[in-house]
Amino acid sequence: MSEMTSSSPLRGLLSAESPAVATAGVQLFADALREQAVTVVEADWQPPMEGTEAHLAAVMADVRRAEANATAYARMTAAGAELCDVKQAKDALGLERGTFLHAGPPIEWERMSGPLKGALIGAVLFEGLADNAEAAEKALAAGQFAFEPCHHRDAVGPMAGVVSPSMWMYGLRDEVHDAWSWCSLNEGLGKVLRYGAYGPEVVDRLHWMTDVLGPILQQSVRATGPFDIKTILAQMLQMGDEGHNRNRAGSLMLLRELLPGMITADAPSSDIAEAVRFSGANEHFFLNLGMPACKLATMAAHGVPGSSVVTTMARNGTDFGIRVSGTGDQWFTGPANTPEGLFLGDYGPEDANPDIGDSAITETGGIGGFAMAAAPAIVKFVGGDVAFALQATQRMYEITSGEHPMFQVPILDFRGTPTGIDVVSVVRTGILPQINTGMAGRVAGTGQVGAGLVTPPAECFPAALAALAAAVPERT
Amino acid sequence: MTVTKIDVRKGAYHDSVTLLQVSRTVAGTPGVSAAQVAMATELNVEVLTSMGFDIPDTAGPNDLVVAVRGDDDAAVAAGLAKADAELSATSKGSAGGFGEAPPPRTTGSAVRSGSTEVAMISVPGRFATAEALDAIAAGASVMLFSDNVSVEDEVLLKDAAAQADVLVMGPDCGTAVIGGVALGFANVVSAGPIGMVAASGTGAQQIMCLLDAAGVGISNCLGVGGRDLKSAVGARSTRQALAALAADEATSSIVVVSKPPDEEVLVDLEAYAGGLGLPVRWATLGAGRPDLTTALEAVLEAEGHAVPEWPKWLSDNDPEAGSIAGSLRGLFCGGTLADDAMLLAADALGDIRSNIPLRDDLALGPGLKHDGHLVIDFGDDGLTQGRAHPMIDPTLRMERIAAEALDPTCGVLLLDLVLGFGAHQDPAGELAEAIRAAKQSARTAGRELPVVVSLTGTEGDPQGLTRTAETLAAADASVFLSNRDATRHALSFLGSAS
Repeated sequence: MSEMTSSSPLRGLLSAESPAVATAGVQLFADALREQAVTVVEADWQPPMEGTEAHLAAVMADVRRAEANATAYARMTAAGAELCDVKQAKDALGLERGTFLHAGPPIEWERMSGPLKGALIGAVLFEGLADNAEAAEKALAAGQFAFEPCHHRDAVGPMAGVVSPSMWMYGLRDEVHDAWSWCSLNEGLGKVLRYGAYGPEVVDRLHWMTDVLGPILQQSVRATGPFDIKTILAQMLQMGDEGHNRNRAGSLMLLRELLPGMITADAPSSDIAEAVRFSGANEHFFLNLGMPACKLATMAAHGVPGSSVVTTMARNGTDFGIRVSGTGDQWFTGPANTPEGLFLGDYGPEDANPDIGDSAITETGGIGGFAMAAAPAIVKFVGGDVAFALQATQRMYEITSGEHPMFQVPILDFRGTPTGIDVVSVVRTGILPQINTGMAGRVAGTGQVGAGLVTPPAECFPAALAALAAAVPERT
Repeated sequence: MTVTKIDVRKGAYHDSVTLLQVSRTVAGTPGVSAAQVAMATELNVEVLTSMGFDIPDTAGPNDLVVAVRGDDDAAVAAGLAKADAELSATSKGSAGGFGEAPPPRTTGSAVRSGSTEVAMISVPGRFATAEALDAIAAGASVMLFSDNVSVEDEVLLKDAAAQADVLVMGPDCGTAVIGGVALGFANVVSAGPIGMVAASGTGAQQIMCLLDAAGVGISNCLGVGGRDLKSAVGARSTRQALAALAADEATSSIVVVSKPPDEEVLVDLEAYAGGLGLPVRWATLGAGRPDLTTALEAVLEAEGHAVPEWPKWLSDNDPEAGSIAGSLRGLFCGGTLADDAMLLAADALGDIRSNIPLRDDLALGPGLKHDGHLVIDFGDDGLTQGRAHPMIDPTLRMERIAAEALDPTCGVLLLDLVLGFGAHQDPAGELAEAIRAAKQSARTAGRELPVVVSLTGTEGDPQGLTRTAETLAAADASVFLSNRDATRHALSFLGSAS
C-alpha cells in the first residue's frame, strides 16, 4: 500500500478507477458529476464570518498550524487528571487575604453582573471582612479588595466562581505534563454563593464546608487517594452524563471512591454522617472535579505556537472570553449571551443573568454540550429534544481538531467526543460551540433560576483569528 | 398599479447558478413582472437598481435579496412563495432523519467524510483560497473553478499542493477529465492514449473535441489554470501534471494546451518535458505560433493519424466573400477560443480591440465599445464577479448580440458555443433565436449580417454535436467544429481580408 503511494505521483490520482469528488459551491457541478455516476460528497458551504477571508487565508497557510494543532490536540487528550489533595485556597494558590478570584475574563466592579457582585459580597462576609452586606458592597465598590480571574491561577470556578483564601479546593494533578489545577468544593443547588446568593444560610454553609467538610475530604484523599478523575469522566459519559450539567453518575462514582476515607476520617461521627449526606445529596458534586480535569487538559494544550485550538472559554456574567493556544494569555471577549432553556418555579427569561462561569472549560475539553449525545436525558433539564442532543454533538465535529480517545459516546457507536475547538473552523462555518449551562438570577442574592443552552458571542472568534494571523511568520 | 417587495435575508447564502434558476422561476410566476433573487454583491445591487429595485444600504455581500414586482399583492405574494419553495428545495441544510449526522460544512470535512481523491471548489473567489488550502490539507487534489483568486494565493496553493503531493488545477480552471470523470465543463470523449495538460479550459475542450472527431481518445486531461505558464507561477502545476501523466500507464504521449505563455517559462518547460521519456507536444498559443487546430493537426500527424476534414455546417444564405464592409465582432464565452480567434484575425486584420487584448494598448474601456474589430471574452474575471459563467448564464452575451445587430459598424458576428457536461442543457434553441433576431434587425436596417459559430462538442455530449449544429444552421449561421476554420470563414466576408 505505502509502496504504491510512494511510486505513483499525486497520491495515485490517475490510477484511481473513477475518483470520488467532494464539492463546494455551485450545485450544478455536483449534479453533473452524479449524472456520470460519480461518488459525490457535497459540502453545505456557507461564506465565513464577515470580513475574515484574508485572515483565514493567512492562518490556514501558516505551515506550523497543522502540526501545532495536532500537538495541542495530542496534549489535550493525553493529559491526566488525578485528585491528589484538598487544601485551602490560601495554601493551594497562595491566595492573599483581601484577594478574590472570580470566573471568566478580568472585569472591574462597575461592570460586574448581579450574581458576581452577590457572590463577592458573600465571600467578603464569609471571610469576616465586613459586618453586613451593605458594608461589604461599599468596600468592594471602593476598591478595597483585589479581583483576579481563577484562570490566571490555573484554577476554575463554576458560575460566579468566587474563591476566597479560606475556601477549600480540590487539587488535581496531571502527571503527564507535571501540572496542578484547583477548583472549589460544590455547595449544592438552590441558594448558593456561586449563583450570587449571600444570605445567612449561604454564609453558614460556607463556614460548615470550611470547618467540617474540607478537613474530612482532605483526610479521605490523603489516606486513600489519588483518584483517577479522567477515568470517571470516561465512565460517566457511558452512563448518561455529559459532565457539565448532568453529573449524576459521576457524583455517585466519586462518592464511592471517597467514602472509605471519609468514614475513617478523624472527626465526630455526626460530622462524618453530615459530610457524606451532603455529598451524596448533591447531583453536581462531581462538577467541581470534572472542571479542573478539563482545565488540566486545556492547560496542556496551551502555548503551542501557531495552534488555533481554543484553550479557555469562560464567562464572568458580563463578558464571554476565550483564549487560544497560539496567542498566549490574551483574552478575546464579547458580551455574554443569555442562555435559553427551562426555568425553576416561577422564574422566567427576564430573571436570567447573561452566561456566567468557568464551567465552559468542560466544552473546551470536549465534554459538556459537546457530549450531549451521550446524555439524552439532559434535554429535560436544559431544553431541546433528543434529536437536538444527537445533532449537537455531531455538529461539533465540524469545529474540532479531533475525537477524544477516552471520552466516547455509545449511541454514536462509541465515537470519541469532538475535542479541541479550532478557531479557524468556527470562523469558516459560523458554527458556535454548544454550551450547556446553569442560569443565575440577574439580581444579586437570587441564586439559580434555571438551566439551558448557550453559545459564545461570535465576535470572540474573528478577533482571535486576527491575532493568529498577526502572529504568522513571514514566508521565506 | 404595481406592487414591489424587497426582502433582505441576512446570512442566507446560495450559489449564483442556483439563484439564476430561482430568479427565472419566480419571474415566470403569473402576475409577476420582474423578479431577481441574488446575493447583495456590488454588481448584483447595480443590476437590481437598474431593474428599479431600491436595495437598502444595510444589505451586504453575504445577504440574500429577494426582489419581486407584480400586478398586485397576490401576485407578489405568489412570487415570494415561489422563491421560498425553490430556495428550500435546494437547501442541504439540516440532516434528514432522527439523530442523523448533519452534512459536511467545509471542503475539508467533505473530503475526509468521503475519502475523496478530488475536491471541486467553485465558491466565490475571495473565499476560494481557504477552501483550497483545506482540501489540500485533507489530502485531495483540487479543481479550483473559482476565479478572482490572486496570483500570490495561486503560488501559495500550488506550493502547498506540491508539498502534499496533490495537484491544484486552477484557479479559474473550467475543464478536467480524470479517470473518465468529467469535472466542470468537459466533453464526452472516448478513452485513448493522449494525455492532456491544459492551462486553458475551452482550449482543452477544443483539442479533445478535434481529437474525438479524428477518432483519437484521451487518457486524462489535467487542468492547471490559465496563468500557470506565466512567469509569476512558473508552470508549477504543469510540471506536476506532466510527471503524473508520464508515470501513467494509459498515457503514451502528452499535449500541452495553453493560453499565450511567457517565453522563458515555455523554454524551461520544454527542457523539463524532454526528460520525461515520452513525447510532449505543444498547442501553446501566441504570435507566430500555430493556432489550436493547426497545432492539433501536427500532433495527429506525428502520432501517425490522418487529419480528417473537420465537420462544418454551412449556411446557404451566406453573403459573397469580401462583400461586407463592417468590422469583425467576436463574442466569446471561452477565453482561449477568443485568444485563438484573435491571433488568427490579427494576421489578417491588424489590431483587434478586446477585454483580453493581445497588447495592453488594445484594451477596451469599461463599456466594451469600439467601432473597429473587436473580440470580447464574456468569461473573463471582470465580467463574472457575482454572476455565473456565460456558459451557464448567457444573458450578457445575448444582450450584446442584439446590440451588435443594430450597430452599423458590425460586419460579421463570430460566436463560440461549447457543449458538454456543466454547460447549458440546451443552448442551441436560445442562441438560434438570438441569431435569427440579429439577422432580422440588421436586415431591417438594410444590412446583411453573416453569423459564424465555432461549435466545440462531440456526438456523445448530452446536447449532441450534430443536433446542435443543425439547429444553428437552420438559423442561417455557418457552424464549424474547428475554431480556426470558423474564424477564417468569418474573416472571408470582410473586404479587407483575402
